[in-house]
Amino acid sequence: MTAVLEAKPAITRTVDARGSYCPGPLMELIRAIRESVVGDVITVLSSDKGSRIDIPKWIEKAGHRLVSLETLDGYDQIVVEKAR
Amino acid sequence: MDRVLILGGGVGGTLTANLLARKLRSRIDRGQVDITLVDAMGAHVYQPGFMYIAMGGEREERLARPERSLLDAPVNLVVDTVVRVDDGARTVVLASGAVLPYDYLVLSTGCRILPQMIEHFEEEAEHFYTATAALKLRRALDEFKGGKVVVGIASMPYKCPPAPLEVAFLIESELRERGLREKSEVHFCSPIGRAFTIESVSEMATPIFEQKGIELHTFFNVDAIDPERKAVLSLEGEELPYDLLVLVPPHKGQQFLMDSGLAPAPGGWLPTDRNTLRVGGRPNVFALGDATDLPLSKAGSTAHFEAPVVVEGIVSAIEGREPAGRHAAYEGRVMCFFEVGDGKGTLLRFDYEHPPKPPKPNALWHLGKIVFNKTYFHTVPRGRV
Repeated sequence: MTAVLEAKPAITRTVDARGSYCPGPLMELIRAIRESVVGDVITVLSSDKGSRIDIPKWIEKAGHRLVSLETLDGYDQIVVEKAR
Repeated sequence: MDRVLILGGGVGGTLTANLLARKLRSRIDRGQVDITLVDAMGAHVYQPGFMYIAMGGEREERLARPERSLLDAPVNLVVDTVVRVDDGARTVVLASGAVLPYDYLVLSTGCRILPQMIEHFEEEAEHFYTATAALKLRRALDEFKGGKVVVGIASMPYKCPPAPLEVAFLIESELRERGLREKSEVHFCSPIGRAFTIESVSEMATPIFEQKGIELHTFFNVDAIDPERKAVLSLEGEELPYDLLVLVPPHKGQQFLMDSGLAPAPGGWLPTDRNTLRVGGRPNVFALGDATDLPLSKAGSTAHFEAPVVVEGIVSAIEGREPAGRHAAYEGRVMCFFEVGDGKGTLLRFDYEHPPKPPKPNALWHLGKIVFNKTYFHTVPRGRV
């Protein structure tokens, strides 16, 4: 599945949560968001299948911006911009 | 001589020490093996009992035993605090200045709870992760005359994943029994998109929240506590006013593990192989229980089922063979009781490949948990179950 929403901005930080299971990747992203400033762009790499559903739902609820979600070789790459 | 050094006298450390002492008895008697356990308190505390200090008339003094009384005679006990592990030199440095060498190291070091990581937590929020805190929560409940109760989880991972749900259910039951339910609201905040990390358990618990009229708030990651307005604020932008706030505090692994380069900051969880329980690819260092980074419940039950695998890993290495038999590898087995209030409970039993299928809550599983709690000191740490 590839769902590129728009051109990717420069990545500020990458969270490699591959090998971690739910809710590990989401918790890693939340920690990164807490430590970031508005406008930062964070990439999450997750091999947990639940992440492609849970993380976009969290991004929407938390009011950030889902930049892209791509499935690569055995993992998902989710890019999020801190919006508030 | 093969020196086995075990750090931590909780479920994992104590059971590992006793099982090793039995498996290696003849080698110990011949002076070929030494087993030493280091514990900071010299006491073994049954932590799941803390919740019952708050919710079930349990008393602190019934929840601890001297560690020596639970260890088999051949196990040496050192009561001291670990300062550092020097994995290169294969030594552990203690606060007293003593340096203990090892050939095999078992890290059963549990985790730390850190309420102070959230501003105003200590003056505004209650919890049940120490005996003192649980007693304080009991007093707060005794003084509660109705209002908004908020139960939540400050961050993940944390010990005993069902516990905050159990506390929400038990508080709701108590409020009904005391005739305060109609004057109260009960809210439950989960950091993730459902009530519980494991989907099947979430599916079991969500209707119970509905049936009990407990409002479930998902994706609620505690950001701040506002003591002036008596409100807890989430990172996601929600705000919940409270009259009684019960929060699972933030948890971390032990600082000395990070300082020693064994566990990465900021969490301090040991990178542990999910099957062999070896740490960071080291052939002679094992971890179990709350200290690991495994995607499993941080619970005594996890350590209970991990201990025989650690023991087989060490015994096989000492005997110069490969791990064999049913404890050759850890398959992620966990089993724990789950209270739902009104004298009912259920059972969560699962492993890496098989998620739990909790039976319909009934009085039997509640009773099972009570019996387990009462008999714990005679069974689990001594390796009898």
